[in-house]
Amino acid sequence: MNVLPLYAQLINLFAAILLLLSFAMLAQRRVLSLIDLFAAQGLALAASTAIVAFGTGQHHLYWSAGLTLVLKVFLLPWILYRLIRQLDVKWDFERLINVPTTMLIGIVLVVFSFNLAVPISQLASTVTRSTLGIAMACVMLSFLMMITRRKAIPQVIGFLSMENGLFFAATSATYGMPMVVELGIALDVLVGVLILGVFFFQIREQFDSLDLKHLEKLKEGE
Amino acid sequence: MTATALLSQAVQLALALALAPLLVGWVNQCRAWLSNRSAPPLLLPYRTIRKLFMKDAVVASNASPLFRLTPYVVFGAMCCAAAIVPSLATDLPFALAADTIALVGLFALARVFIALAAMDIGTAFGSLGARREMFVGFLAEPALLMVLFTASLISGSTSLPSIVDTLAHRELAIYPSLAFAGVAFTMVSLAENARIPVDNPATHLELTMIHEAMVLEYSARHLALIEWASALKLFNYSCIGLALFFPFGIAQGSENWAAIALAVPVLVGKLALGGFLLALIETVSAKMRIFRAPEFLGTAFLLAVLAMLVHLLLGS
Amino acid sequence: MIEILAVLGIPLAGGLVLALMGERDEAAIVNIVASFATFVAAAVLTARVVTDGPMLALDKLFFVDSFNVFLVALTAFVGFTTSIFSRPYMRIERERGHVNAARLRLYHSMYQLFNFTMLLALLTNNMGILWVALEAATLTTVLLVSLYRTPASLEAAWKYFILCGVGIAQALFGTILLFFAAEKLLGAGGGALLWTELDAVKGQLEPTVLSLAFVFLLVGYGTKVGLVPLHNWLPDAHAEGPTPVSAVLSGLLLNVALYAVVRCKVLVEGAIPTAFAKNLMMGFGLLSVVVAAFLLSRQKDIKRLFAYSSIEHMGIITFAFGMGGAIANFAGLLHMTVHSLTKSAIFFAVGHATQKCGTQAIDGIRGLITTSPVIGWGLMIGTLAILGMPPFGVFASEFLILTTAMREQPWATPFLLVALGIAFASVFSKVQPMAFGEPVEARLPHRPAMIPVFVHLAIVLMLGLWIPPFLAAWYRQAALLIG
Repeated sequence: MNVLPLYAQLINLFAAILLLLSFAMLAQRRVLSLIDLFAAQGLALAASTAIVAFGTGQHHLYWSAGLTLVLKVFLLPWILYRLIRQLDVKWDFERLINVPTTMLIGIVLVVFSFNLAVPISQLASTVTRSTLGIAMACVMLSFLMMITRRKAIPQVIGFLSMENGLFFAATSATYGMPMVVELGIALDVLVGVLILGVFFFQIREQFDSLDLKHLEKLKEGE
Repeated sequence: MTATALLSQAVQLALALALAPLLVGWVNQCRAWLSNRSAPPLLLPYRTIRKLFMKDAVVASNASPLFRLTPYVVFGAMCCAAAIVPSLATDLPFALAADTIALVGLFALARVFIALAAMDIGTAFGSLGARREMFVGFLAEPALLMVLFTASLISGSTSLPSIVDTLAHRELAIYPSLAFAGVAFTMVSLAENARIPVDNPATHLELTMIHEAMVLEYSARHLALIEWASALKLFNYSCIGLALFFPFGIAQGSENWAAIALAVPVLVGKLALGGFLLALIETVSAKMRIFRAPEFLGTAFLLAVLAMLVHLLLGS
Repeated sequence: MIEILAVLGIPLAGGLVLALMGERDEAAIVNIVASFATFVAAAVLTARVVTDGPMLALDKLFFVDSFNVFLVALTAFVGFTTSIFSRPYMRIERERGHVNAARLRLYHSMYQLFNFTMLLALLTNNMGILWVALEAATLTTVLLVSLYRTPASLEAAWKYFILCGVGIAQALFGTILLFFAAEKLLGAGGGALLWTELDAVKGQLEPTVLSLAFVFLLVGYGTKVGLVPLHNWLPDAHAEGPTPVSAVLSGLLLNVALYAVVRCKVLVEGAIPTAFAKNLMMGFGLLSVVVAAFLLSRQKDIKRLFAYSSIEHMGIITFAFGMGGAIANFAGLLHMTVHSLTKSAIFFAVGHATQKCGTQAIDGIRGLITTSPVIGWGLMIGTLAILGMPPFGVFASEFLILTTAMREQPWATPFLLVALGIAFASVFSKVQPMAFGEPVEARLPHRPAMIPVFVHLAIVLMLGLWIPPFLAAWYRQAALLIG
């Protein structure tokens, strides 16, 4: 078997770790651990981006890696931690489907996205092309996480981790989007989290809880 | 098949039978050290087995022949397994007869017999232990098969010696799939060998025990065989793990006696390290409720499946 | 060049000024002035493009052709009229204690920023910036929808944020795939996301990737268009936010999201030989029309009623663009224009009507013609216009779409006709008693701003009877551009 260069192996490794972390987030019960996992995912993302930058000589990717590191490993987890401390919600949360079933659905999703990605990654010219399927799987898993969670904060973390998956797709399949676009995306994400932070307080003020089952009043035809 | 191959096969089997209780003793000693207790003697398992063989067997009056037969079947199955797991050399004449799937089948055979025997007497503990054992087993086996399939996919064969041959000779590279499979395999091994966090080998507390509940009715030589078989099972699992994930040092072919001679200390070293790690895992983790076991083994299964998927997608 | 900067700079500056100056009586005036200035700048830009043809500016970052310039003009115009309407409306809301000073400050500032994001999305040449602008538009409107901070409005805003956030994340994935396909032809630099560059090489783009990208883009931006089954957020966001926000959501945001879809469709059509993109758009469009028509009859809230009507009309336009061809595209563009004018006019009238009666429930609003004839007639005429009664412009565009459908996609015509019939029956039967029923007495503390309503309706009427030659030429040009 032909052996990939070391940096490509490392990227594959980080891709696998990202996928593993996505599953871990899917299974995680506690909000605080969920945030830690999210930070870990950000770290893996930043590391893999930096390795892509090193391996391919795409220097603008160093900036993306730095941006990811600051935003997703330090800033966003810090904001979320603060929010949780202020809102005083750290306990377990119930979910719509139990863990093993969620995991099985997750595996099906991974198989689905791998299948979807195979024809595309065969077209790619980058060494990291095979990770596109993993990126797509991460997006799908975050999507699943948003669907199965009832509480507001896990849903938001699912949303952010979906963005992680998208970012990984961008770096692995194309060596990164143009810088201006990446900056814009980062800004949107940051502002989005800040707005949601304000939202949490308002939801709590109105409903005395962050459980989204209170947010099911508006239905069709009423 | 040559005479030397048969000889190496015999050496390996004898070594497995001899080393298995030592491994158990070593793990117990490490656990004692890690939890700041004074350790039991390293050779205690040998003494226990000898003591048990010297005693007179007592069998419940309503026991069927199956009950008496089971220790021999279980011990036999573990010996067969030890014969086909390459621990010293990869040229094993017996291994041609059975591949990894048959290996899982051997473990399953032992499990079924021991569970049947536990229910045979009709005591409450026996049935309870048997039920739990089957519960754990039915979750662990698919995960174990998935791990073995991943290794087979990488090497293109389901025969353990050729998997080891391929894995030992590949170029040094990072294999995320093997890493996942390794973690999954560790989790399955913990569950299969009645270790913390699924079971605790050192307890007879009825709420938690699984394996011990099944063998409560056995005594003397029967119990000795079962204990020895459990030790062999742990030894076999360790050797499968080492063969799949750290295959370095296993002799290739049987002609090279020097290599086999060298493989013995390497194996002992690897087992010592593995035993210490096992003790470490057991010390730092807490036993979980039996109802959490599906989650634990589900995670193992998930990891194994992920390993396979990652291998298929990334080709590594 | 300078016009583009003015069109983008004025609302951005307006948003910052309004955020800094805080809530005063003049804030609403500043809002109107900024919107008016934007409109003037957009008009000048339009004149430039009409005379000089398409232009690229600022290192190809901005691109104006006859397709987006008319949407820029429309956006700036509706933004301006809505700001006029919002002044008395928000004053009444404030005096009734629904909003306080801090919220009004947020409202005015976000209103301008929303306009900025809309215009940025329209003017940019970069598919990535287009995404960023639409996401930013979501963020600003989330704040606007939750302005009242009532449980219902928070729920609506949360739903809006999560659904559109997830939707638009799919669009980002689509954009990445697009970039991925283009990068091989255009190199890894910034060029591979520029629409003009993509358009030039669209014939060589990889069809497999483009088909997959289009699915993600259509689902993503389609969520913002409100296409069924991704429409769940739309009625809630329209019903629970302040009425000027409902007006700009329906009149502008949906259009701009659809604009994004059409831009992508042009690229995909060029890259794949099959009718895949066409069929997908027609399917989504038709489904939206039919489902929305059936849901219309179940509505009890006047703003939700017209929100579903927006879904229906967006479905019609998506269907028209899906059919493609010069006439259908022409009709689609015309329908975009008249729908946005009519629907915002209706929301202006509805806004004052709900304030007058103190409820959004259809049963609670009765006899508007007697109590305040201007609002009553405005609502009635607007409803007739949106339902496609001749001689209004909606009739003309729907007629064109239907005849084209009969010729090219005959299977779809019965669905469209039945849906339009049901929509007519349910909306008309609900609005008629609101205008003519037994009156409920109430007075408004401020004179309602009804001029925008009639200006909009007059334009729609005019477009139904006579499309000015420059506008017709312009639509035709744009119709050719979208293929």
